[in-house]
Amino acid sequence: MKETFTNSIPASYNKYIKRKILIIFLVILVTILLAMYAINAGSAGISTYDVIKTLIGKGSERFKIIVWNIRMPRVLSAIVAGTGLSVAGCVTQSILRNPLASPFTLGISQGASFGAALAIIVFGAGTTSNPDSVIINNSYLVVIFAFLGSMGATLIILMLAKNFKVTPEAMVLAGVALGSLFSAITMILQYFSDDVQVASVVFWTFGDIGRTSWSDLAIMSTVVGLSLIYFMLNRWNYNALDSGEETAKGLGVDAERIRLIGMFIASLIAATITSFVGIIGFIGLVGPHIMRRLIGSDHRFLIPASSAIGSLILLASDTLGRTIISPIVLPVGAITSFLGAPVFLYVLSRGYKK
Amino acid sequence: MILNIDGIEFSYSSVPVLKNIRFDIKRGELLSILGNNGAGKSTLLKCINKILKPHKGTIYIEEEDILKLDRVEIAKKIGYVAQRNENGRFTVFDAVLLGRKPHIKWDVTKKDLKIVNDVINKFNLDKLSLRYLSELSGGELQKVVIARALAQQPLVILLDEPTNNLDLKNQIEVLRIIKQTVKEQNIAAIVIIHDLNLALRFSDKFLLLKDNSIYAYGGEEIMTEENIEAVYDIPVAVERVHDIKVVIPL
Repeated sequence: MKETFTNSIPASYNKYIKRKILIIFLVILVTILLAMYAINAGSAGISTYDVIKTLIGKGSERFKIIVWNIRMPRVLSAIVAGTGLSVAGCVTQSILRNPLASPFTLGISQGASFGAALAIIVFGAGTTSNPDSVIINNSYLVVIFAFLGSMGATLIILMLAKNFKVTPEAMVLAGVALGSLFSAITMILQYFSDDVQVASVVFWTFGDIGRTSWSDLAIMSTVVGLSLIYFMLNRWNYNALDSGEETAKGLGVDAERIRLIGMFIASLIAATITSFVGIIGFIGLVGPHIMRRLIGSDHRFLIPASSAIGSLILLASDTLGRTIISPIVLPVGAITSFLGAPVFLYVLSRGYKK
Repeated sequence: MILNIDGIEFSYSSVPVLKNIRFDIKRGELLSILGNNGAGKSTLLKCINKILKPHKGTIYIEEEDILKLDRVEIAKKIGYVAQRNENGRFTVFDAVLLGRKPHIKWDVTKKDLKIVNDVINKFNLDKLSLRYLSELSGGELQKVVIARALAQQPLVILLDEPTNNLDLKNQIEVLRIIKQTVKEQNIAAIVIIHDLNLALRFSDKFLLLKDNSIYAYGGEEIMTEENIEAVYDIPVAVERVHDIKVVIPL
C-alpha cells in the first residue's frame, strides 16, 4: 500500500521540492562561510589561526575582546537582523498582496526616525559633550523612543484596518500617508535643533550593525525567532491568501485575523531591529523577491529561504562596508541597496525571460 | 438531502440583496443559479459557505448548521471556486495541494499527495503539474482552481461562473468533469452560470433569481419561455435540437 502512495507522487515533483531545499541549504552554507570570513576580516590584523584559537578559548585577551565583544555580536546581529527584515517583508507582501510592501511601507522607518529624533533633540539622548564628533552612544532612550515611534505607526494602521475594514491597498496608502506625517514632524524637530543634534539624528538613521551588544542581540533573536515560528505555523494560510481573498476564506482561512496578526508581528520585527540598528530598508523587498524568482511563492519554502537570503545580504553588505575602505566603516543601509539593487534587477530580468 | 437552505436574507448596508431564499439539493445533483447581473447570485453563493454571513435563515448540510461551524470545518464540507483567481508563482501541483489545507494539520501526508495526484490526472493537468500558474492559459487556470476545490473532498462544491473565459471545448470539458465528479462521488454542485444552454445541458435543477428573490425553482420543467423572459427581460424561444433543450434569444 505504501509503495503505491509513493509511486502516485510524480518523481518530478519530488525532484522539484528537493531542488528548493538544496537552494536554501546552499544559501545558509554561503552565509556560514561568510560569517567565518567576517569574524576574521578587519583592521585589527588577526589571523584565521588566532580567531579559531580565540573561539575555542585559547586566544590572547586582546583577541578575545575583538572577537567576542566586537566581531561576534556584529556578525550575529547582521544574520539576525537580515533574517528578520527579510521574513517580515516576505509575509507583508503576501498579506497585503502588494509586491512593494514591507513593514517600512507601513511607516515603520519614519516612525522610528521620529522617535529617535524626539529622544535626541528633545530629551538630549545620544549627543556627546564633545562638539567635534557625532557619536551615538547606544542610548536606551533612543532605542525605546524609536521602538515606540515605529509601533505607534503600526498600531494606528492596525486600528484603521480593524475598525474601518479597509482593504490591503488602502492600508499601504495609509502607511505612506502616516510615514510622511512622521517625516514632517521629524523635519520640524530638526529645524528647531542645533547642528550636532541634527547630525546625530541623521547618523542614527543610517543604520549601523556595530551598535549592538550581546543583550541587544538577545532581544532581537528572541523576537525574530518567535516570529519565525509563528510565520511557519501559518505558512499554508499565506499560501491561501496569495490565491485571493475569497479563495482563502473558502479554504477555511480567517483572512482578516491572519492579516492583522501577521502585520503586527512583521511590524514588531522591523520595529525591534530598527530601534537597535537604525534603518536598513531594502532587504525586506529584495530578499523575498530574489527567492520568489528562484523557488516560487510557496511559503513552506519561501519563509526559510527569505530568512536565509536576508541574513546573507545583510552580512555581505556589512562585511563589505567595513572592509572596502577600512578602517572607515560605510553605512550598511547604503551598501545593502548598493549591492542588492543590481542583484535584484538581474534576477527580475532573468525571471521574466522564462 | 445534502444541503437545505431556508429563509436566507442578506443586505449590504441596509440595501437588501437576498430576500427569503429557500431551496435544497440532493446528493448527485447539479444546480444552476441563473439570473441577471446584480440579481444576487454571487452573494447567495458566498452566504452558503459563510464568506458572507446571512442576517436571517438557516443553512444545513447533512443535519449540521453551517452558520454555527468555524471556517475550517466549513471548508472540509464545502468547496468554493471564486469568480476571480490570482495566479502567482505556485506550481499547478502546489496550487491543487492547497485544496488539502483544511485537512492538513502540520504537514502534507501521503494521502494528501495521492488525492492531489488523482485530481490532477482527472483534469488532464499532469503534464502541467510543475508549471507556474502565471504560465497557464485561462482555461488551464480555471481547471486548476476547480481541481483545488475538488481536492478539498467537499460534500458540496460551489462554483462562481466556472466557464467564464473558456473556449467552447473547455466549457463543455469543465462542466463534464464537474458533472461526472458529482455523480461518481455522490456529492452536490451549485453553479452560477450565464450560458443558459450550458445550464440546460448539465443541470438537474434550476434556481431563477430576479430582484433579489427566487422567481422559480425546480427541474427542467421551469425553464419555460415565460419564466426566462420574465427573469432576463428579453424574449426567447425554447426549442429542442438533437433532443437537447436550447434557449434562443429573439
